[in-house]
Amino acid sequence: MLFNLLRRIMQMKITLNNRPENFDADSLSVSRIMEIKSFHFKMLVVRLNDTLIKRDDYETTEVRDGDDLKIIHLVSGG
Amino acid sequence: MPTFNQIKAILSQKTVGIAGAGGLGSNCAVSLIRSGVGKLIVADYDRVSPENLNRQFYFRKQSGMKKVDALRENLHKICPGCLLQMHDTWVTKENIDLLFSVCDVVVEAFDEAEQKSMLIEYMLTNLPDIPLVAASGMAGFGRTELIKIVQSVNLYVCGDEESEISEENPPLAPRVSIVANMQADIVLQLLLKDAF
Repeated sequence: MLFNLLRRIMQMKITLNNRPENFDADSLSVSRIMEIKSFHFKMLVVRLNDTLIKRDDYETTEVRDGDDLKIIHLVSGG
Repeated sequence: MPTFNQIKAILSQKTVGIAGAGGLGSNCAVSLIRSGVGKLIVADYDRVSPENLNRQFYFRKQSGMKKVDALRENLHKICPGCLLQMHDTWVTKENIDLLFSVCDVVVEAFDEAEQKSMLIEYMLTNLPDIPLVAASGMAGFGRTELIKIVQSVNLYVCGDEESEISEENPPLAPRVSIVANMQADIVLQLLLKDAF
């Protein structure tokens, strides 16, 4: 029972690229989410709640329950 | 729906910036000028080469010309009266403000992902009120149903987000023109949204 309660607390629901996503944690860094969801392209545009997150801040920026995260791949060509 | 004359009357008052005059920029510029956009500000440092002709709006006899000069020539053939400010320059953080801060909308039309990222980061940080229409992923052929538009406030990204150009996956006219024209269409939507 305690385990279930903890599990419920340790859950977050975010919007990732306009889709709902659940994670078993109360917060995760942007880079951890990229790892879990395998965003492997090298150039990305990341916006957390409409704010631009620069590459140097991926490790230190925490995503929490209710947040809106957008990760857009940039590939060469034009 | 408004008539074409009503649309042109609004668009003729607008200025659109285009960063890059390759496959995306040259084709996007043509569509914007055909639609009646009054003024374009275009920046590119490159020259026309015969390999560009598989997708870019240039002609064989323009080989060797500065792309901005060749594009001016071609756009003026479509619309002799349109205002064109052409800059033969490499776009950097140092000149983005100077080039594009007067624009109603800016189109990201670079080739390299690093340049795309540089412009997007700069614009979102320093010129956040100007909508930016970017492109990512249009190499090869087929899979056109994967091409989409991702929006995040004032940033729009057109493409499939995965088809990177390479020797085995070259950029070709159909998909490049599709994305260039999606960008042009978003520009029109942004420029006309308060008018009708």
